[in-house]
Parts: sequence; C-alpha cells; structure tokens
Amino acid sequence: MVSITSSRLVRGREARRAAPALERPGVAWAIPGLVFFILFAIVPMAGVVYLSLTRWDGLSTPQFTGLHNWWRFFSDGQILQSTLVTAVLLVGNILVQAPISILLGVWSAGYQRNRAVLSTIFFFPLLLSTAATAVMWRQLLDPNFGIPPKLADLLGGNTDLLGGQKGAIACLIVVTSWQFIPFHTLIYQGAARAIPLTLYQAAAIDGAGRVRQFFHITLPQLRNSIITSTTFMVVGGLTAFDIVLLLTNGGPGTDTSILPFAMYQTAFRTYDYGYASVIASFLLLLATGASLLLVKISGYDKMTSTMEGL
Amino acid sequence: MKNRMSRKRAVATLMASAALAMGVAGCGSAGSSASAPAGNVQFWTLQDPTNTVQQAAVDSFNSAAHGKVTMSVIATDGYKDKLRTAMGSSHMPGMFFNWGGGSLNDYVRAGKLAQLDPGLESHFLASALEAGKVGGKLVGIPCRGTQPVFLFYNKKVFTDAGVQPPKTWSDLTNLVQVFKGKGITPFAVAGNGTDSWGELMWIEYLVDRLAGPDLFKKIQAGDWSQWKDPAVLKTAQMVKQLVDSGAFGTKFGSVGYGAGGTSTLLAKGKAAMVLMGSWEYATQQSTNPTFAKQGLGYVPFPTVEGGKGDPGDVVGNPTNYISVTTAAAQQTAKDFLQTTYSDSYVQGLVQKGEVPVTANAGQMLAKASDPAYAQFQYDLVRKAPTFTQSWDQALGLTLGTPMITEIQKLFNGQDTPERFVSAVLALKK
Repeated sequence: MVSITSSRLVRGREARRAAPALERPGVAWAIPGLVFFILFAIVPMAGVVYLSLTRWDGLSTPQFTGLHNWWRFFSDGQILQSTLVTAVLLVGNILVQAPISILLGVWSAGYQRNRAVLSTIFFFPLLLSTAATAVMWRQLLDPNFGIPPKLADLLGGNTDLLGGQKGAIACLIVVTSWQFIPFHTLIYQGAARAIPLTLYQAAAIDGAGRVRQFFHITLPQLRNSIITSTTFMVVGGLTAFDIVLLLTNGGPGTDTSILPFAMYQTAFRTYDYGYASVIASFLLLLATGASLLLVKISGYDKMTSTMEGL
Repeated sequence: MKNRMSRKRAVATLMASAALAMGVAGCGSAGSSASAPAGNVQFWTLQDPTNTVQQAAVDSFNSAAHGKVTMSVIATDGYKDKLRTAMGSSHMPGMFFNWGGGSLNDYVRAGKLAQLDPGLESHFLASALEAGKVGGKLVGIPCRGTQPVFLFYNKKVFTDAGVQPPKTWSDLTNLVQVFKGKGITPFAVAGNGTDSWGELMWIEYLVDRLAGPDLFKKIQAGDWSQWKDPAVLKTAQMVKQLVDSGAFGTKFGSVGYGAGGTSTLLAKGKAAMVLMGSWEYATQQSTNPTFAKQGLGYVPFPTVEGGKGDPGDVVGNPTNYISVTTAAAQQTAKDFLQTTYSDSYVQGLVQKGEVPVTANAGQMLAKASDPAYAQFQYDLVRKAPTFTQSWDQALGLTLGTPMITEIQKLFNGQDTPERFVSAVLALKK
C-alpha cells in the first residue's frame, strides 16, 4: 500500500528513490543489536574455539597445542558416556513433558473459572529458581529422612532413588519436568486459545467427538507451538546443568555427568580450560545442529500459517 | 575435608561461574595492590566465626606498625574461584587465606608466591607445617586451628550393645557384625556427589596404616606410578570387604554430610560411628546440642594389624594457612605474620573453639569450651609422627576431583578394586 500511495503523490525519479527507503529500514538500525550479538556471542565463541587449541590453567598464558585436546576428546570414554546420558535425558524429558504440557495447555485454555484457579497453581513451580527446586527435591528424595522411606513398601524396599543410574536419571527427568511443564503449558495455552472456535463448531456439526476434534483440529493447529516448545526443550536440555549439579552432582560416580556438567567440572574444578573449551565447542555445535535440524525437518523456516483458508 | 562450609554448599559452584563471568571487574572492587600506597597489604580471608579474632589482630597491628594491612572478608562460596581469578590478573591480593598443599602448587609454579622466613617455623607444631611447604620451601603460615580426622561414635548405642569403640581393625570388623545384627548402620558415610570426600578419609587412613606416610608423599611429589603399590590395592580390597559386609549400609551413595545426613544418622543412633574431621563436634553442637554434650564419643582411627604405618599418624586438615604474594609489601607482610602466634591471637582462636597449632597453644586449651575435646585433638596432632593432609587438598583440585570420583565408584561397587587402581593411575597423563 505504501508504495502505491507514494507513487501517486510523488512522480518520476523521486518516487523510485523514495519507495525502497520506505519499505526497508537501513542497516544502521540493526547495529545496536548486531554489536551486542558480536560482543557477547560471537567473540566468546571464537575465544572458546581458540582456547580449545591450547593448554591453559587460568594462571599462566595459554600454550598453543594444536588439535591435541580434540584428539583426546574423541578417544575419551567418559565423553561418550556423557553424550549418551545427555541424549537419554533429552529424549526422556521431551517424551514426558511434551504430551503432558499439550494436554494441560489445551485444558487450561478453557475459560471456566475452576480451570483458571487450578492453572495458577500449576504454574507455581515456574516461579521457583532451579537451584531452589533442586535443593528442595534433594531433601524430599533423601533415602533416610525424605519421602522414599515413608513409601518403602511401595518402592519394594529400595529407598535410595538417587543411588543408581536408572533411578538418578528418572529423578532428574521428574524434577525437570515438574519445573518446566508449566512453562510449556503456558505456550500451548496461548496457542490453543488462538484456535478459531468456528473450526470446532464446524467439526461438531460434522459429528466429530472430543477426541477426534483434538487429533484433527487442536494438534494440527498447535504444530508451530509444538516446534517452538520442542526447540526450547532441546536447546535447554543440552545446556541445563544446574539441576544435575545440585541434585546428583553427576553421580552416582559419573553416571549422570551430562556434557555441560562435564564441561563445568573440567573448567572450574580441575582448571583444564583447554579441554573444557573442546567440550563447550562440541556442545555449541550440537545445540546449533539440533535446532537447525528441528527447524528444517518441521518446515518451520517456511512459516506457513495454520490459518490458511480461514 | 576441604572446609566444612565450602563443601556443604553446592551453590558455591554456581557462584564460581558467576565469579568468572564477572571477571576482572569483581576482583578490581576487592582492592588493587597496584594502586595501594607503599607498605600496604591487602589481605583476603575466608568468612567464618574467627574473622573477629583476625580483625582484632589486624587492628592492633595497624595501630603499631609502619605498614598497614587491609582485611577483606570473602564469602566461603566461590572463594577459591575468586582467588584463582584474581591471582591470574594484575589485581592479586598481598596475602590470602588458603588450605595449603596442592592448592598452592600452581601459584608457586606461576611465580606468584613469596618464600617465607624459615625462622617462623619454631613457633608452630612441626606436623602442621608440612602442608604449608611446596618443594621444601615455606610458603604458608598456619592461621587457624587444626582439623584432624578420627572416629566419632554414639555412646548410647555402644552402651546398649555392651561393646567398646574399636582399637584394632579386627575390633572394627567385629563391631560391624554386632551393629548389623541390631539393625544399626555400623558406619555412616557420605557418598553423595559433592560430599564423597567422606569416603576418601577411609582410603587415606588405610593407606597410611598399611604402608606408612611415605607412599602418599611420593605420589604428592609427582610419582604417580606409586598408586601401583600393593598397599593401594589392599586398601581398595579392604574397602570393598567393608562395603560388602554392610559396614556402611546400603544407602550411603545418596547420603550427604552434616545435618540431615551423616551427623543426624549418628545423633539419632541410626548409625553407630562416623569417620569425620574434628568439625563434626561443632556440627553436632549446632544441630543436636544435647547429643554433642552427652552422647558423642571420639577415638583415634584404629591400628591395622600387620601394617607398616605408625598407629599415631593422623590425616585431615593440618590447619589453614596465610600465604604472601609477590604483590605484597614484603616487610609489612613479614611483620604481620608474627601476629599469628601471638598470645592474644591464639587465645582468641581457642575461645572460638579452634585448636591452634602454635607451640604456645597447649597452655591455653584449658580455657576452651570443652577442654577435654580440645586437649584430645592437640595431643593427637602433637604426638603424631606425620599429619598427612587430605589428599584432595594435597594434590590440588585438578587431580583431587577426579580421584574422589573414582573412590566414589569403588564404594558404590561400580568399580572393582583392580579397576579402581588402574582408573586412578590413568588420571595423570
């Protein structure tokens, strides 16, 4: 509309010159954001890649060692284990969180008063910091003084839930889900409220029941939100380590030492910044790759609207 | 065994990253030695109840001497990380509180520390000075009480069972059976992530009792192949036997140190004994005061039949230290270090419940809140032929942290004794 109006008002060469300037803001507008991004994202990333090629203890000057750290990385059995545990936690978290938050989100999208009240309660964990959550759950899961000893019969006598690898991973998934389901529910609630009611009315006339409506209207309409939410889970899962640090500290042994935790240990506990930078670079590649892949296979980059034809 | 506070809070680690993120900015605010007037020394110390004693020493020093000492109290959480960052920058403190041993190695190698006057040594107990030396050179002067590790036990549980605390290893294994039969965990031990240094204490004592202190001295000096010594494997096997016989119960892998963990288990009589540093007493005092007063017993670690080590040897934290950096006004620092064995300073420490390692401390212990307990520790340390510093401290975090993880795996049964030895051997490349 803008170009038409302007061409009507102004004639000839002036019109051709003015029109593009109105359509696209100049590059100058992007400078503040760009500077910020370069300074706080690109520069540190380049620094990490450089450090990964050195040996550095944080005190003396870094010594260039070439690819030494990287060779060590690819033959490190501990890293393989960490990568596997990271993957298990990631997939486990998505499998648990996604269905529950979709259902909760769709349910809480209704305008009934009891749903509003209950939703407020559901969202409560979102207000707590991960550190506080983890410390609280540590107390709750204590094998001697927490909840498990009270439920000893139910648990078959094994009250040491964090004492084995499977138990520890399960606990991590449960606690993470407990904290983050509200966040994803919020995404789905908003998305579900945006679905036009006319779709449901039409479906009802055609005789579709609740379940059919859910699978044939709600889910397809939530597609973009599912991708958004899953991307959050993937990237968040690859970088979340606070919960591991505080709940299991990578234990028992190194059974829950996920990649970010291994990175932290290497950098801030053993002061091997070079090797920690290798892990950091690897994580960077992994997270970027995963989110790119997600966008690619889901067609999210084409940004098709779910509202077509309405 | 680092410091009781620093380990209790895993949150420290979050602070660590914050400290690093803040970088130089955070350190700059703590004071720059470069801009300080000549003769002034910036002193970093750890936040704890003895700060008032230190402040008094600093005040009286400042009112008399030519130089001036400014004390900055740094919160326990993240202290080591802040210090490390500052030492790597141009804003390092002139003097700083530390744990001695391996934590100083890197600083000495980087040429950050000043060598101290050997004449100071005569004022302290010899066994407590070892960890203040790197490569035979004195770089740290004791500034706090000693924290040896020994066995604590619940008196009531022992009376009820009609048994005595163990004097020998066979006593100990017998007691395991006695208490197991009564449904009491013989030994509480913290095996959970950050707290599994409690498991390390067992290894330290067993290796010392079996092979004597020289084995670890060689390891600390850099001969990592000493881990192949049969005594290490034997220790690992003894630990495995203990674990398998139920000496630690089944849930220790998730038990933490202190209140809500080992200390509560001991105080409630759910566990009979715990191998812990002398700070266990203070922990019990704050959470179970009645138990600390009436029910808490303590004995040295038992002798091990056939072992080569002296039964008088102890392990633990000999003490904490003050080190001087090259950024300090050397004369001022040198003068200030003399206050660490002054009567008023030592007296102040005793009143705070510490057991100082100075030569003149013996006569002041009568004024401690529990003179018998203070005397027990002082004698233990004074008579000890060797006081081996906690291995994680002695080796430094770079090797200490992964070593503790391997010990955790041994206790959890994730590693056999043989695999434990080879895994630890592989830590130093």
